[in-house]
Amino acid sequence: MLLNEILRMAFASLGVNKLRSMLTMAGITIGVFSVIGVMTTVSALRGSIESGLSFLGSNIFQFSKYPTGITNDGNSRRKIEARRNVTLAQAQRYQQLMEGVTDVVCLKAPYRDGPLQATYQNRKTEPGLNMIGTNEHFLAANQFTIDIGRNFNPEDIDLGRPITIIGANIVKKLFPSESPLGKLVKLGGRTYTVVGTFAEKGSTFGQSQDDMVIVPITRYLSDYGSANVSINIATEAPDQQHYNEAVDKAITAMRIVRGLKAGDDNDFEIYSNDSLIAAFAKVADAVRAGALVISGIALMAASVGIMNIMLVSVTERTKEIGIRKSIGARRQSILLQFLIEAVVISLAGGVAGIFLGVAAGNGLAVWMKAEIVFPWDWAAIGLIVCTVIGVGAGLYPAIKASRLDPIESLRFE
Amino acid sequence: MIPPTVSRSAARAVRPPGALVIEIEGVTKLYKMGTEIIHALRGVSLNIRRNEYLAIMGPSGSGKSTMMNMLGCLDTPTAGRYEFSGKNVAHMIDDELAEIRNREIGFVFQTFNLLPRSDALHNVELPLIYAGMSPHDRRERALLALNNVGLGDRIHHRPNELSGGQRQRVAIARALVNNPSIILADEPTGNLDSRTGEEIMALFEQLYEQGNTIIVVTHEEDIARHARRVVRLRDGLIESDGPID
Repeated sequence: MLLNEILRMAFASLGVNKLRSMLTMAGITIGVFSVIGVMTTVSALRGSIESGLSFLGSNIFQFSKYPTGITNDGNSRRKIEARRNVTLAQAQRYQQLMEGVTDVVCLKAPYRDGPLQATYQNRKTEPGLNMIGTNEHFLAANQFTIDIGRNFNPEDIDLGRPITIIGANIVKKLFPSESPLGKLVKLGGRTYTVVGTFAEKGSTFGQSQDDMVIVPITRYLSDYGSANVSINIATEAPDQQHYNEAVDKAITAMRIVRGLKAGDDNDFEIYSNDSLIAAFAKVADAVRAGALVISGIALMAASVGIMNIMLVSVTERTKEIGIRKSIGARRQSILLQFLIEAVVISLAGGVAGIFLGVAAGNGLAVWMKAEIVFPWDWAAIGLIVCTVIGVGAGLYPAIKASRLDPIESLRFE
Repeated sequence: MIPPTVSRSAARAVRPPGALVIEIEGVTKLYKMGTEIIHALRGVSLNIRRNEYLAIMGPSGSGKSTMMNMLGCLDTPTAGRYEFSGKNVAHMIDDELAEIRNREIGFVFQTFNLLPRSDALHNVELPLIYAGMSPHDRRERALLALNNVGLGDRIHHRPNELSGGQRQRVAIARALVNNPSIILADEPTGNLDSRTGEEIMALFEQLYEQGNTIIVVTHEEDIARHARRVVRLRDGLIESDGPID
C-alpha cells in the first residue's frame, strides 16, 4: 500500500481527537523547545563572542590577580584571595621591563565602589557608569576611538592630572547642546576636566560600552585610594608572529616584578581572547549538558505519553482494525498506520518545539545584542530524535494492533 | 429494481454452475475455552462452484459462525483440507489470508461494518487501497460499484447520514468492488426492517443474475429461501445439503 495513503489515514485519525493529539504533542514540544532554545541562545552568543565581540583587541593578553570564569574549587579560590595585589609600582616596573618588546601596556584599575554617577551643573547621568583608572594605551587595548578631543598622554599619567575621557551616553546626558571639552564633571565626588569623548561603540552582552569613563590611573589611585586595588595589565604583542614570544617575555617580567623565585608558582593569571572564549565555551558546555539532560527527561516522559495514547487508540479502534483486516489489510499495513500516527504526533510536536525554541533563543540573543542564528544541526538532531521517539513509542501499540485477531476485533463494540 | 414477486416465481432461473471455487473436505475446528475443548466443526465437506447462490443455515451453536469465518478466510481449520480457487488456504499465514480476503472475498456483515468517519466512496475504495490500485482507477471502480447498488447520488455521505438499507448497500458495493470470487453475507438483513430486508435480498438476486457467487449465512428460513441451495448445519456437522424445496 502506498505510503501517502497511510499518511492520509494517520492525519485523518489524528484529526478525530484534536485536543488529545495536541496535548500529546505538547510533551514533545516542551522537550524539544528547551533544548533548541538553549542551543540557539548559546550559538548566538558564541557567534557574537567569536566575531564582533573582543573584550581585548587581537594579540592582547592580560595579567590580573583573579582568573576569569568560574572557580568552583574552594581551595584554589582561597589561594587566589591570598595573593598579593598587583600594585602600581609593580605595574610600572613591568612596563619598563617590557620596553624592548612592546610599548602598548595598558594598566587598568576598575572602579568597584558601587553605582557611579556623573554630574555636570544640574544634569546627571543614570547611576551605573563604568569608570576605569588607566593610561594612554586604554584606547588601543580595548578598541575604543576618540570622537572629539584627545587621548591621555604620558605626561597626564605621570602628573596625575584630574582629567577624563567620557563615553557617548554620558555626552548625550550631560552635554546635549554644548561641547563637553574643557568642562568640569563630577565623578564620585571628585571633579575632572573633560579632554575627550569616545566614539559610540554600542553594547556587548546587554552592557553598554558607551557608559565608559576613564581617568589617569595615578589620579584614580590618589583620589579613591590604592589599598585593595589590584591592577590589571593588558599587553599588546607587536604582531601575531611575535605573540607567543611576547607572552613568554611578559611572564618572565611579571615574575621578576612579583619577586617570585624559580620554582614558585605564578601568583597571577594570564588570559587572552582565546582563554576568554575557552572560559565561555566551558560555561556554554555546562549549560548545554544541562539542557540536554532536562530535555531528555522531558522527551522520555513525552514518549511514555505517546505510547499511552497509542495504546488507548488501538483499543478504541479495535473494530476499525477488524474491518480493515476483513477487507484485506495486511499486518504490515495496520502496523504502519499506527506507527506513522505515533511518528506524526512526535514530529509535529518536535517541529513546533524547534520553531518555538529558535524564536525564544533568538529573542534572548537579540536582547543580548547577539546575531540571530538558526541551529540547523540541532534542529536536524531534534527531528531525528523525534522520529526515533515516535517509532519507539508507537512500535509496541502498532505491533499489538497488527496482531489483533480479525474475528475478535469485528465482534468488539 | 426487480419486484420480489417476480424474482420469487417467474425469474428463478438457476444459472449453470461454473468451476469449483471452494473445496472443503473433512474440516474440523477445535476451540479451547479455558480447560474445555469445543468442537465447533466435526468433519465437514462442502464444494461450492462459481455462480452458485448458497444459504448456510443452522441454529446457534451449530458451527454456522465458525463455518462462515472459515469460508471467509478469517480463520483456518484445525484439520482437513480447504482449497480456495485451487489454493490451499488451510495452512496459510495471516498476510496470505489477508490477500485472499482482499482479492477473492467480499464480506457483507449484519452490522454493516463501515468506517464511521469515512464517506461512502472512501469506504468502498478501501479494499482497492489495500490492493494497491492507483487513486484514479479505484475511484472509477468505486463509483461504478456504488452506482450498481443505486447509491450514485450518496457517495459523499457518511454512514451516520445514511439509512440502514443504504449502509448495507454501501457495504455490498464495498464487497463487490474488487470483483471477488464469492460474496459472503452474514445475516445481511438482521439489522433491517423486513421491507428493507427484501430490497437487499432483491439486490442479491440481481447480483446473482449478473454472475456473482453468493453465500448467505442466516438462521431465517425467509432469507434462505432466496438461495438456490441450502446447507444446514447441526452440532458441527452438515445435516442436509440440497436445492431449495
